[in-house]
Amino acid sequence: MSEVVFNMPEALETVHTHYCPGCTHGVIHRLVAEVIDELGVKDRTVGIAPVGCSVLAYNYFSTDFHEASHGRAPAVATGIKRSRPDLVVFAYQGDGDLASIGMGEIVHCANRGEKVTVIFVNNAIYGMTGGQMAPTTMAGQVTTTTPLGRDPALAGFPIRIAELLSTLRTPGYIARGSAHSPRHAAKTKEYIRKAFQHQIDGTCFSLVEVLSTCPTNWGMPPNEASDWLEKTMIPYYPLGLFKSPDEEDRAPKPLG
Amino acid sequence: MPHIVVEKDRCKGCERCVAACPQKIIGMSREINAKGYFYAEVVEQKRCIGCRLCCITCPDVAITMAVHGTMYHYFAY
Amino acid sequence: MAKKLMKGSEAIGEAAIRAGCKHFFGYPITPQNEVPEYLSARLPQVGGVFVQAESEVAASNMIYGAAGSGVRVLTTSSSPGISLMQEGISYIAGSQLPVVLVNIMRAGPGLGGILPSQSDYFQATKGGGHGDYRLLVLAPWSIQEAVDLLQDAFDLADYYRNPVMILADGLIGQMMEPVEFKEDRRPCKELPPKDWAATGWKGESDNRPRAIINSLFLDAQELEYHNQKLHAKYQEMAENEIRYEEYETDTDYDVLLVAYGTVARVCSGALDDLKAEGVKAAMIRPISLFPFPYREVRKAAEKAKQVMVIELSTGQMIEDVMLSLEGTRPIYFHGRTGGMLATPDEVAGKVREMIDGKLQEVRYV
Repeated sequence: MSEVVFNMPEALETVHTHYCPGCTHGVIHRLVAEVIDELGVKDRTVGIAPVGCSVLAYNYFSTDFHEASHGRAPAVATGIKRSRPDLVVFAYQGDGDLASIGMGEIVHCANRGEKVTVIFVNNAIYGMTGGQMAPTTMAGQVTTTTPLGRDPALAGFPIRIAELLSTLRTPGYIARGSAHSPRHAAKTKEYIRKAFQHQIDGTCFSLVEVLSTCPTNWGMPPNEASDWLEKTMIPYYPLGLFKSPDEEDRAPKPLG
Repeated sequence: MPHIVVEKDRCKGCERCVAACPQKIIGMSREINAKGYFYAEVVEQKRCIGCRLCCITCPDVAITMAVHGTMYHYFAY
Repeated sequence: MAKKLMKGSEAIGEAAIRAGCKHFFGYPITPQNEVPEYLSARLPQVGGVFVQAESEVAASNMIYGAAGSGVRVLTTSSSPGISLMQEGISYIAGSQLPVVLVNIMRAGPGLGGILPSQSDYFQATKGGGHGDYRLLVLAPWSIQEAVDLLQDAFDLADYYRNPVMILADGLIGQMMEPVEFKEDRRPCKELPPKDWAATGWKGESDNRPRAIINSLFLDAQELEYHNQKLHAKYQEMAENEIRYEEYETDTDYDVLLVAYGTVARVCSGALDDLKAEGVKAAMIRPISLFPFPYREVRKAAEKAKQVMVIELSTGQMIEDVMLSLEGTRPIYFHGRTGGMLATPDEVAGKVREMIDGKLQEVRYV
C-alpha cells in the first residue's frame, strides 16, 4: 500500500512554466498554491498578476486571476477586496513592480490596512526586461543599467521593503523568507500560511517578502545563485517576522 | 519505504535537487529530454530517506514522492 | 566618420549624445531597453547623467525638471510607458519646455504585446495628455533617419520650446542597420539663448526676469492668452516644419499609397512589385505627423484615382488623410495590428484587389 506524500497542488496548473531553469518563482508559486489548498480556500481565491517575469502567473495558478498594470496590483487588490470581501485576494509581485513603480500603491494599501495578502518576490534585479537594476539590487551588483556595479553615490542603497512597511502605524503581518534552499522554503511556507490565515480571519494586511534567485540575469548557475543569495543578500535582507498585528502599536509616544 | 519519481520532461536541468539531497542519490542524466535539458534522475532509490527536500526545492514540481509503509517526518511542511 | 552597424535603440542613444544631450531619465520597458542600457554605460563616459527612474511617471517629471533647468534632455519609452507620461508631457507643453521623447511603439491596448505597431498615432498627434497642446511628431523609417531626426528634434524642441516626439516602432528599436553620425552637422534652426530657464536668479541686477517654470494660470483671460500663444506656435510649426517624401510621383499613376515609418519601407517594396506588372502606383510618406502634410497629400492624390492608406493599426492616420482629401478621392485601408506586420506581397495584393473593385472604400457617411 502506498501513499502519495508530495504531489502537484490543486491550486497549480500542470502546465510547464516559462520560468528559467532554477528560477525560484516556481518554488514560490508552489508554496502559495499549497497554502491555498491546505487552508481550503481555492474556490474563493482571486490572484493578481504583475508585470514582470510572473506576468503569466494567471496561466500557472488554477484560481481566478486579474492582470494589473505595472506596480498597481495593490490598488487592484483593494478594488477587488472592497467589492467582494468574501474573496481571498492575493497580489504576486516582483521587485520592479512593488518597490519601484508601485511604491506608492503598496505603502497605501498597507497603510489603509487592506485585508489582502501580497507575495513580494525579491530577486534584486529586473528579470523579464533583461537584467536592469532594481531598487533591491545590491550595492556593487552589475546589471545592464549599472554596468560598473551599482554605485550607492549615484543610485542609492537597496530598499528593504519589509522593514519599510513595518514602520506603518496600521497593524499588519510582514515577514521575510527565502526560497533559495528547501529548508528556507519550508520556513517561508509558514510565513505565507500565517499571512493567508490573517486574511481569512479578517485581521490585517499581510505581506511576505521572499528572497529569490535569478540565475539568468545574475549570470550564474542555479546552485551558485543560491549560494550568492545566502552570502550577499541575506546579510542585508535579514529573514524573519517584522510586524505582527498583536504587537504593541507604533503610535508616537505622547509629548511632555 | 519512500519512493521518488522525477518526471523527466518537466525537468529544466537546474540541478537544485542534486544539491539539496542529503543522501546524494540524484544525478543528472546524459540524455536530453523533450525540452532539450539534461534531466535529473534518481541514481540510488534504495537510499532515499523520504526527506522531500528534492520535491520542495524543485521549481517545476518535477519530483513527486510516495511512501510504502512508515514515513518519517523530519520537519513540518 | 565611417558607417557603423548599430541597433536602433543604441543608435538613438548615441544620436542624443551627438546632439549635445547629456541627461537621460527613463525606465525599462520592452522593446526599448537597449536605450537606457546603452546610455547607462555611455553617458558617464561623456560626463553626462543617467538616472533609471522608479517609473515613467517619475521620469516624465524628471525631464520636466531638467528641461526647466535649461539642459537638453531625452526620455524614451514604449506605448504603455508613454501613456504614463501624459500628465508630465501636458505640463511640459503648458510650461513651454523643450524635451525630446521617443516612443518605440508596441502593440496595445493595455499590456498588449511587445511586437511593433503604429497604434499610438492618435496618442502622439491628437490626444495624449489633457489640454490644448500638440507635440511636434516625427516618424523615421530607418535607423539612419531616426538618428538624423533625433538630432533635429533637439533643435526643434529648443526653438519652439515644445516637446518633440520621435514616433518609431519596435522594428526600428530592435533591428540593426548601418548608421553614420555626421561630424559637421549644423543645427536645423537658429537657437536663441535659454534665458527663461530656472538657473538661479541673481536678483534685480540679473539680465533676465526671475524664472518661474509654470503652467498654472488661474485667471481665465490670462490662460486664454497663454493658450493662444501656444496655438500660434503650432501654426508656425504647420507653416515651417512639414516634412514628407514622395516616391514615383513624377510619373503618371492611378494609385497613391500613404504610409509612414517602417510600413512605408514595406510599401516601397510593394511599389516595385506593382511597377513590374504594369500597375502605376506612387507613394507619399509623411515624416512630420504633426504638423501633418495635408496640402502635400492632397496634391499627391490629384493624379491618382484611388488612395490606399496602410498602417499597423486599425486606422488612425487615415483620418488625417481623409481631412486632407476632403472627399475628393476614394480612400481604402489596409492594416495589420497586434504586432503582425504587413509584407510587400500582401500590400501589392491588396492594391490589386482595390483596383479590381473588390475592396470596401472607407467612408464615415
